Amino acid sequence: MTAAWSIVGARARQGGRLVLDAAGLTVQPGEVVGVVGPNGAGKTSLLRAGLGLLPLVEGEAFLSGRRLQDLGAAERAALVGYLPQDRRLAWNLPAEIVASLGAIDLPEPQALAVARDRLARVGAAGLAQRGVLDMSGGERARVLLARLLATRAPLLVADEPIAGLDPDAQMLTLDLLRAEAVAGAAVVVTLHDLTLAARCCDRIAVIDHGRIVAEGAPAVALSSRVLASVFQLDGELVETAVGPVLAARRV
Amino acid sequence: MSLLRLCLVMLGLLVLAVVFAITLGETSLSISQYAQALIHPASPPGEVLWTIRAPRVAMAALVGAALGLAGATMQGLLRNPLADPGVLGVSAASGLGAALCIAGGLAAVPGAVEVGALLGALVAGGAVVAIAIRLREPEALILFGVAISAFGGALTALVFNLAPSPVAIAEILAWLMGSVENRDWTDSLRALPPMAIGAALCLKAGQGLRMLTLGEEAARMSGLRMSRLRAYAVAGAALLTGAAVAGAGVIGFVGLAAPHMVRALVRDDPRRILWPSALAGALLLVLADLAARMVPTDQELKLGVVTALFGAPAFALLAWRAARSWRA
Repeated sequence: MTAAWSIVGARARQGGRLVLDAAGLTVQPGEVVGVVGPNGAGKTSLLRAGLGLLPLVEGEAFLSGRRLQDLGAAERAALVGYLPQDRRLAWNLPAEIVASLGAIDLPEPQALAVARDRLARVGAAGLAQRGVLDMSGGERARVLLARLLATRAPLLVADEPIAGLDPDAQMLTLDLLRAEAVAGAAVVVTLHDLTLAARCCDRIAVIDHGRIVAEGAPAVALSSRVLASVFQLDGELVETAVGPVLAARRV
Repeated sequence: MSLLRLCLVMLGLLVLAVVFAITLGETSLSISQYAQALIHPASPPGEVLWTIRAPRVAMAALVGAALGLAGATMQGLLRNPLADPGVLGVSAASGLGAALCIAGGLAAVPGAVEVGALLGALVAGGAVVAIAIRLREPEALILFGVAISAFGGALTALVFNLAPSPVAIAEILAWLMGSVENRDWTDSLRALPPMAIGAALCLKAGQGLRMLTLGEEAARMSGLRMSRLRAYAVAGAALLTGAAVAGAGVIGFVGLAAPHMVRALVRDDPRRILWPSALAGALLLVLADLAARMVPTDQELKLGVVTALFGAPAFALLAWRAARSWRA
């Protein structure tokens, strides 16, 4: 099976600083991969470099087996949907128009139909006509998630999709992304909440100082050793009836 | 309201304003004289209507439409409701280009002033975008606009300083104040080609401007070719501004006010706002020119003076509101 996304030996600089140092990641269709790491570890840089938004000094990235540089803008857009961390929007457009920007490849009436469907899926059907700048941060996050889902791309990349959301919205967001994976998409999310990461991801990649330092099933990737060396936490994942929970204190 | 309906309403208002502007003037005509003008365009009342007033109104409408569309395009590209060819210094640079041509004695050479104005607009427009790419905060761009405006103004002052004759100075000054006085049909015809190309480029950029609402990276990942969008929008806005400045001098604030008049009616949509902004700009300038003609002063008011008198306070109000939303 062709990987939906693979990043090989990525080395990248930003503002003179090395932000990625031989980092790699491979994501297969149907799986949810979580990228975790402390602030400034290179999570966002890894995503941006893998999407061609941050130039690579060394290494390569592939989307559905095709070299990123060989893809035109439209071809690339058909292969990946990206939800950036920055949720600022420039204009107070109605939510359904913002969501329809995900389906830009379709004629406008169809794009709007897709947008309304995805808004309903994220529980924001009632917000379709509301201006996105008149919404709360959580409502706007839902609209942007609907925009991501409207891309219908085989790879969905979401940078901190649950930051600043209430617990219910956090779990809804991850459930919706999980549903996309079940339907066949490859999903990559960066997260700070290690409990939710362990619970919702098939695989976790831990990044630190621009390198992938651990990768595998949540229990493997988030071992006590990794928690201590990367996150400065003394603790472990504890299995409970509702899934794993991180029990830890600062070292 | 659908876009088509909005445009039709605006068009209706514009036609009404144009009829008013052609009908009213310093020379008051009787009903029978109006009838004569309509039936015999070559009669003296016909001359007043069709060779003095109508071309002037046409020029005002064209320049207003060009500035309104240029303003809406720049606001969309820079994601900033305060962007406008005047505020960002594009008009000042365009004025400088034209002033250089006039001072150089090229005023009589057909097309020379236009080319000068256009080059000035392109250089400043390119500079604004080059700066905008490197800025994260929208308010910072306005500061650079102030700098470009000031620099354009300083260089224009230098042109005055070194101008060969007082006649040239008077000519440049009168022209810089902005006016559509004594324009004939050939002036409008000359302005049309660059304006048409500029408008086509801006309208082509529309969908990209809408995608930019998401921010540059999300838009790029959705398939937007950012450098192409920038080239279209800047070239389009610069062509429109350059042609407007060449046709009527420096007229400020229309590009700022016109999109603002229709923004709520198109729900802030940077693509759908383009046509209504052009129509609103035309409407504004036809009315402003009518005011300039009708206000009883010894010296006729210059159009640029009128728009600045109304536009500057409007800009202050918009800036106040925008600054509050940025802080939030």
